[in-house]
Amino acid sequence: MQDFANSFSLAFELLWRFDPALGEIVFLSLRVTFAAVLIACAIGLPIGAALAILRFPGRGLFVVLFNTLMGLPPVVVGLLVYMLLSNAGPLGVLRLLYTPGAMIIAQSVLVTPIIVALTHQVLSDLNAEYADTFRSMVVPWHKAAVTLLWDARYALLTVVLAGFGRAIAEVGAVIIVGGNINHVTRVMTTAIALETSKGDLALALALGLVLLMIALAVNAAVMAVRASARRMAYA
Amino acid sequence: MLTRFFSASAAAVLALGVVATAPALADDDRFIIVQSTTSTQNSGLLDAILPQFKEKSGIEVRVVAVGTGQALKNARNGDGDVLLVHAKPAEEKFVADGFGVKRSDVMYNDFVIVGPKSDPAGIKGLSDAPLALRKIADSKAPFASRGDDSGTHKKERALWKMAEVDIGEASGSWYRETGSGMGATLNAAAGMGAYTMSDRATWIAFKNKGELAILTEGDDQLFNQYGVILVNPEKHAAVKKDDGQAFIDWLIGAEGQKAIAAYKVDGQQLFFPNAVKETN
Amino acid sequence: MPDPRVLPFPTSPGEARPAARLPLTIRGLGFVADGTRILDGIDLDLADNRLTVIMGPNGAGKSVLLKLLHGLLAPSAGRILWGGRELDRQTRQRQAMVFQKPVLFRRSVRANLQFAVNLKKSPEATELLSILMDDLHLNDLADRPARLLSGGEQQRLALARALLLAPDILFLDEPCANLDPASVLLIEETLHKARAGGTKVLLVTHDLHQARRLAEDVVFLHRGRLTEHSDADSYFDTPASPEARAYLAGQILL
Repeated sequence: MQDFANSFSLAFELLWRFDPALGEIVFLSLRVTFAAVLIACAIGLPIGAALAILRFPGRGLFVVLFNTLMGLPPVVVGLLVYMLLSNAGPLGVLRLLYTPGAMIIAQSVLVTPIIVALTHQVLSDLNAEYADTFRSMVVPWHKAAVTLLWDARYALLTVVLAGFGRAIAEVGAVIIVGGNINHVTRVMTTAIALETSKGDLALALALGLVLLMIALAVNAAVMAVRASARRMAYA
Repeated sequence: MLTRFFSASAAAVLALGVVATAPALADDDRFIIVQSTTSTQNSGLLDAILPQFKEKSGIEVRVVAVGTGQALKNARNGDGDVLLVHAKPAEEKFVADGFGVKRSDVMYNDFVIVGPKSDPAGIKGLSDAPLALRKIADSKAPFASRGDDSGTHKKERALWKMAEVDIGEASGSWYRETGSGMGATLNAAAGMGAYTMSDRATWIAFKNKGELAILTEGDDQLFNQYGVILVNPEKHAAVKKDDGQAFIDWLIGAEGQKAIAAYKVDGQQLFFPNAVKETN
Repeated sequence: MPDPRVLPFPTSPGEARPAARLPLTIRGLGFVADGTRILDGIDLDLADNRLTVIMGPNGAGKSVLLKLLHGLLAPSAGRILWGGRELDRQTRQRQAMVFQKPVLFRRSVRANLQFAVNLKKSPEATELLSILMDDLHLNDLADRPARLLSGGEQQRLALARALLLAPDILFLDEPCANLDPASVLLIEETLHKARAGGTKVLLVTHDLHQARRLAEDVVFLHRGRLTEHSDADSYFDTPASPEARAYLAGQILL
C-alpha cells in the first residue's frame, strides 16, 4: 500500500503549508473540544469531589452509574442530543442543531461521565490521606472538596486529558448533531470520515495524522506542566 | 453551605455554556439548511455550485449529507429547509403526507454496477441490470449493499425484486449489508472484491477504486432522478420558506441547471439537469 | 454558662482562658475494632488546664484514646463530656490535633498555614500566624513546598497549623518521634507557651525525658485500661501501679 507513505508526506505538507481550509477545521475542532471539556469539568469536577467526600445512601450506585456512562457510545449520545435539539424535539426552539453549539453539548455529555468517574477515583485516594486532617480541623465538606480539587490539580490534568482525548477523537456524536457542514460544523474527525467516504484514503489518513499531532502537542504540554509539579511535590 | 456550593457550580456551568455556545447563537448570517445525500456532496457537485448561488442571493447553503432515508427523516422533524434527494416514490410520499410543499425534478444521472475486474459472475458488458444481479446471485459472488435505506439502497432492492432474488435469505452470506454511505460501501467492496451498485457521480469521484470497475451500465432501470422539495412551513414554523424557495427556484432555473451541467470530474459530466420549465 | 467565644491564642503567657478550664469527663469509655477490645472501661477526669502526658507501652490504646477524645473515632461504649457537653461540631472546632505523621497539604508552607487562618476567619489569626512562624522558625521555609520539608520542619508546620485554630485543647500523638533535637526543642518551647496561654495540652509520648520535661500530670494506659493517673512528680518518683513501675524501669516492651 503506497497510501501510507503518501499520507505521511501529505500530512507534513498540509501542516507545512498551513492550509487555510485545514486551519479552519483544526481551529473548530479545538474550539468545540475545549469548550466541551471546560463544561464537562465545571460539572464533573464538583460531582466527582462530592462523590469522593460525602457518604450518603445510594452513593455506590452513582459511582457505578458514572463508571458505566464512561462507555457511552458516541452515536447514542449524538442521537439523544439530536432528538433534544431537533425542531421536533423539546429544545428545538434554541435552533442549536447543526451548529458548533450542538457539537459542544454532545461532547460535554460524552466527557462529563469520564471527568466524574476519574475525578472520584483520584480524589478518593487523596481524601483517604486528608480525611482525618479535615475532620480534625472541622473543615466543611465543600471546603474539603475545593482543597482536594486544588491539591490534586496536577493529577486531575490527566483526567482532563482523558476527557480531551475522548472528545477530540470522537466522530459519531458530532457528525449527527453537527451535520459535517463545510465551514460551519466540519471538524477533524468528520472531515476524515468524509474523505474516507470519498475514497481519498491518503488524505483521510493524513488528516488523522494531523489530528494525532495536535493531540500529541496538547498532551506533551500538559505532561510538562505535571512533571514540573512533581518536582515541587505538588503532584 | 450545600446550596451555595451547588448554586455556585450551576452558575459557573451556565456561564460557561453561554460563553461556549454564544458564537454559534450569534451567527445570524442568512443561511438555509439542505438535507441532501452523500452522492451530491461526495461527488463535489455542491461544493462547485453552491458558491454561485451564494454570490447571487447572499444566502449560504449549509448541507447535511446523509442517506436519502435519513435525510427524509431529518426533514420530517423540521431539521432542514430544503430536501435534495433521489428516491422519487419516497419523496412523493413525503409531499403527500404534508411534510413537503412540492417536489420538482432537478437532475439525473444513473446507477452503475461495479465489481472486481476478474468478474467471477460474468456480468461485464451486460446492459440488463436485473439479469446482472441474477448472475451475481447464482455465482454467490460477494455483493456489498448499502443496507441503509438510502435512495441507492431503495433502487437496489427494487432491482433485486425484479431479478427475483431473495436477498433476505442471502444476507450475511454472499449478500453483505454495510449499513453505511456510498463511499464506505465502495471502500468495503474494494476491500473484499465484491460487486456493488453506485450512482455514477460518486463512482467517478471516488478515489479508492482499487480493482473495481464498471461492469454493467446503460439499463433504463438504472436511471437515477434527483428531486428537490421545500419542507412544509405549515408543519414546522422554523422553516425558512422564502430563502429555501429562492434556492429551489435558482436550482431548477436556468442558472442552476447550467451550473449543474457545467460540473465535470476528469472531463466527465456527473449530473444531467432535467428540471421541467415552469409554465406560468 | 462559660464563654463560648473562641479566644485567640494569647500573645503573653498567663492569660488563662475560661474554656480551657472546662472539665473533660470520661466515663466507661470503650473501643472495639474488628472484634478486638482496644480500650475498656476508661474513667478519667481532666479538670485542669494542665499539660497531661499519656504514657504506656505500644498497643496500650493511647492513640485511640486521643482520637476518641478528638472525635475522630466514635466510642463503642461510654461517654466523653467536655464541660458537660457531648462532642459535636461546635466543641470540636475548639480542639486541634497534631498527628505522629503530619499530613500536610500539597502546597507551600505559607499556604498550609493560610488554610487554617481562612478556616478560623478571626482577625487575630493573622497576627497569630506571624508569631507562630517566628516561634517555630518557619519564616525561611515559607515558600517551600510543605511536603519537601524534613521531618522536623514538617512537624513544626503541623503544630503551627494546629495552633492557628486557637484550640482550647491541643492533642498531640507522639509528635516528636524521630525528630531532630532542634525541632524537638522548638516544639516543646511552643507547647510550654501554649500551655501558659491557657491551652489544655494532651500529649502522647514514649520519650521519658520529654515526659519529665513537659508533664504536669501523667495518665498511664496498659492493654486498653487506665492503670494510673497522677501528678507528674509522684508518677515519676513513686509510680503507684506495678505496670507503670515496670514501664518506667524499661521492663515492658509491648
